[in-house]
Amino acid sequence: MSPSTPAKRGRLLYRRTFYVPAGAIADVGAVSTQVRRILRGLGVEPEVVRRVSIICFEGETNIAIFTKGGRITLMVWEDRVELFFSDSGPGIEDLELVRRPGYSTAPDWARELGFGAGMGIPNMEKNADVFVLRSRPGKGTAIRATVWRSRDERKGSGAGTRA
Amino acid sequence: MNAREVARALGLEAVAFPHPEAEVEGGFCSDLLSRAMAEASPGEAWITYQRHLNVVAVAKLKELSMVILARGPEPEPEVAARAEEEGVNLLRSGAGMFELAGRLYTLLSRGPRNR
Amino acid sequence: MRLCEVAELTQAEVLTGKELLDREVDKGCGADLLSDVLSVVEENFLLITGMVTPQAVRVAEVMNAAAVLIVRGKCPQDPVIAYADEAGIPLLATQKGMFETCGLLYSRGLRPTRFRRVSEYAG
Repeated sequence: MSPSTPAKRGRLLYRRTFYVPAGAIADVGAVSTQVRRILRGLGVEPEVVRRVSIICFEGETNIAIFTKGGRITLMVWEDRVELFFSDSGPGIEDLELVRRPGYSTAPDWARELGFGAGMGIPNMEKNADVFVLRSRPGKGTAIRATVWRSRDERKGSGAGTRA
Repeated sequence: MNAREVARALGLEAVAFPHPEAEVEGGFCSDLLSRAMAEASPGEAWITYQRHLNVVAVAKLKELSMVILARGPEPEPEVAARAEEEGVNLLRSGAGMFELAGRLYTLLSRGPRNR
Repeated sequence: MRLCEVAELTQAEVLTGKELLDREVDKGCGADLLSDVLSVVEENFLLITGMVTPQAVRVAEVMNAAAVLIVRGKCPQDPVIAYADEAGIPLLATQKGMFETCGLLYSRGLRPTRFRRVSEYAG
């Protein structure tokens, strides 16, 4: 996947930052459901809403389970929706491993709550048109996921939304 | 109906299949190992999305007839090796839990009459 | 199949969304692991789960599921029911286990959802 920055075009329509505390497992999904409602309220295309919500769900799960806390910024542009995830560590040691379906370092308590199947990063990557992950072990991880709003630029194989 | 017949009828792929003659007495679905520990009965086929090592331990302890891994990534090689070692039937499918449960339920409920 | 038929077939109690029981569902997805629900590529399905956490309802909301059917006689806490009510997601609860519930619904014609293929993830 190309890590290129989306060309700067289109106007920023909406921006909001959400905070996800460490271990806030009971609240997982709270940000993505809010994001979904915001996007629907702004009239964003249903397939884009769906993809962004899925990406957000996986991202906030990761922040809550694995990190010391972090934040998620939603940016809605005329031509795209972007989610920016950042956390305060501990970072990811092996970036190739976390992209591998089924790889998981989730603790047992997380698995018993229905998390930790090792599909988080792969599912985020699959639903994004542009996915950039940077991590510094010991410092933290930053992820930018972009979903294009125009059908032409969007991935063809994506989550189908029934007409 | 034994595990081999179930595997054939559902088109399952063997990951480890040391006891194909094991009798399948029923089905059980859960992705939570604690639930499987508490609620699964001996002889049942356990359908799950979980595929880590502890699944094998639970299946062995609860004397389940087979574990059916629903759609998902390939299990790690050590999971297959452990299942073989412990004598646990471990099979996988590209179908999801709902479909596997539905088809196994249908299969087992008409099994005795078709004998 | 309408939700009221789902409820009848599985002898489920309707925890919230009584006014939405005419809703049609033709697909079902059973899972406790929520990431598997997040890889469903369809909408308006019935989510069948043993989880009673708030996440179960939030996943259903994000995925535009038609309803959530909770198995094994588990009952979510009041805030979860209230949330589902507000989100417009009917919550049903049956005493039956996941296997029997899926079996009954499948044998009455509910079809499995499609998922994103695992091979598509190969990084």
